[in-house]
Amino acid sequence: MGRINQIYGCLVSLLQKCIFRILSVGPIPNHIAFIMDGNRRYSKRLNSMEGDGHKAGFSALKAMLKYCYEFGVRYVTVYAFSIDNFKRNPEQVQSLMDLMLEKIEGVLKDESVFNRYGIRIIFSGNLGLLSEPVRSTAERAMLATAKNTTAIFSVCVAYTSTNEILHAVQKSCEEKWDEIAASDSSDQDEMHHRIKLTDIEKHMYMAAAPDPDIIIRTSGETRLSNFLLWQSANCYLYSPSALWPEIGFRQFLWGILNFQRIHFYLDKKRKQL
Amino acid sequence: MDFNKESQILCSWSAQIENRLLQLLWHLIHVTIDLCHFPLRIANVLESYLISWGLLGRYKSFHVTKLRYLAIVVDSEEAYRTSKIIKLLQWLEAIGIKHVCLYDYEGVLKKLKDFILEKLDGTILFWDAHENDVLSDSDQQHMTLEFVSFSDGKEAVVKAANVLFMKYSTSGATDQNQKDKIFTESQMSNTLKTVGSGGPEPDLLLVYGPARCHLGFPAWRIPYTEIVHMGPLKSMNYGSLVKAIYKFTMVQRNYGR
Repeated sequence: MGRINQIYGCLVSLLQKCIFRILSVGPIPNHIAFIMDGNRRYSKRLNSMEGDGHKAGFSALKAMLKYCYEFGVRYVTVYAFSIDNFKRNPEQVQSLMDLMLEKIEGVLKDESVFNRYGIRIIFSGNLGLLSEPVRSTAERAMLATAKNTTAIFSVCVAYTSTNEILHAVQKSCEEKWDEIAASDSSDQDEMHHRIKLTDIEKHMYMAAAPDPDIIIRTSGETRLSNFLLWQSANCYLYSPSALWPEIGFRQFLWGILNFQRIHFYLDKKRKQL
Repeated sequence: MDFNKESQILCSWSAQIENRLLQLLWHLIHVTIDLCHFPLRIANVLESYLISWGLLGRYKSFHVTKLRYLAIVVDSEEAYRTSKIIKLLQWLEAIGIKHVCLYDYEGVLKKLKDFILEKLDGTILFWDAHENDVLSDSDQQHMTLEFVSFSDGKEAVVKAANVLFMKYSTSGATDQNQKDKIFTESQMSNTLKTVGSGGPEPDLLLVYGPARCHLGFPAWRIPYTEIVHMGPLKSMNYGSLVKAIYKFTMVQRNYGR
């Protein structure tokens, strides 16, 4: 039975590789972002504990990362924890933080996997809101993979777009103030229009990645929930009805096929910017 | 040497054949998907007609008051279809929608604002009816319209950043308490309003275009907005509009909780 499963697994993997080979004739998205919605509903559906849904969700994340990097997607971003999620029950929040800490420590133990595939990990968000153990472990994981350049895996944690925009504006103001202080300029007109769009964009938490090509939110929900609002002007928004732990190759394939159908239009819009 | 040259030619031929075969398969997959979409499109059109004729019971009455602010995103190339825009707004008024925001990237709808207002009896501009962007619950006779473009998005944030920078510089810049008072989300919202780009957050955003994409609608205003794709403006229909609004009224939101 185990042998049959192994052969079946190999055949499925081969079929997936063939499909990727065919799809790579068309445009390949450079950056895919995921809103991992539906873990708690998944637990309820299975009448299990909430933590089980998040653990199943982590397995789904690994599968999606594998498909993305095998297909040649260079940037992958996930919405792991919103600032709004801090409003949840403290036990739920702690359970999520514990899971995150466990997984980041797993990355640090197994950093050779990330380094072998050249994947750099970036934690994007207001990391100051995280507890010290989670923050320092995240910073160590970023440092350990900082030299990798093949692909970037961004994990948005303690993140919202509105907080990101506000933070970027604040940093731009502080930077301009320091520039003026250093240049000793007293020109009022120059002071009035100092900050430019490029100043704000370089201070975004997500500045290391280009704008996403596809944002996939599971569970059929059609809102972005304060995720990548600034970066998603010309991004294909895809909302499969599957819950996050249920997402698989079929949904990934459908997202890519739809992206390829409208890529010409979105690319034209992007060039207008 | 001849053998090497021949094997190189053979490799080149087989690579070309492989590429041609892959391209053929790629086109075949996409043609198959287009064929699969065709019956779905027919079903959607039929359903839209049934809804328009009032034959589907659940769409006959729903709590439209739950939809307090509606945004319509139109591709700028289609924004010139003013007859379609006006018809869409007339449908929305008939359904009972009180506040509509019209957006297209290039600001075509902004330029046609006077023409559109003239064609819709009694419709007024949102900012003429509301001094602040608080939506009142009182009965309102006429629909209000707001016209928005890309300049109200990223460009407005840049303007707001410069206003906040002036406040920051005059406050002394090093005082952390002052920083905490200046750089808050509510200050940012107020400053965006000051620079002429404030406005309520839409509950629902309907995209009329080839793809489900918000085309740069001001980011600050859509954190929890439901975004629904309606297809191209040229093929808009009443039934799909009713269905989209009905589905919105059935949505439950946790806001991260």
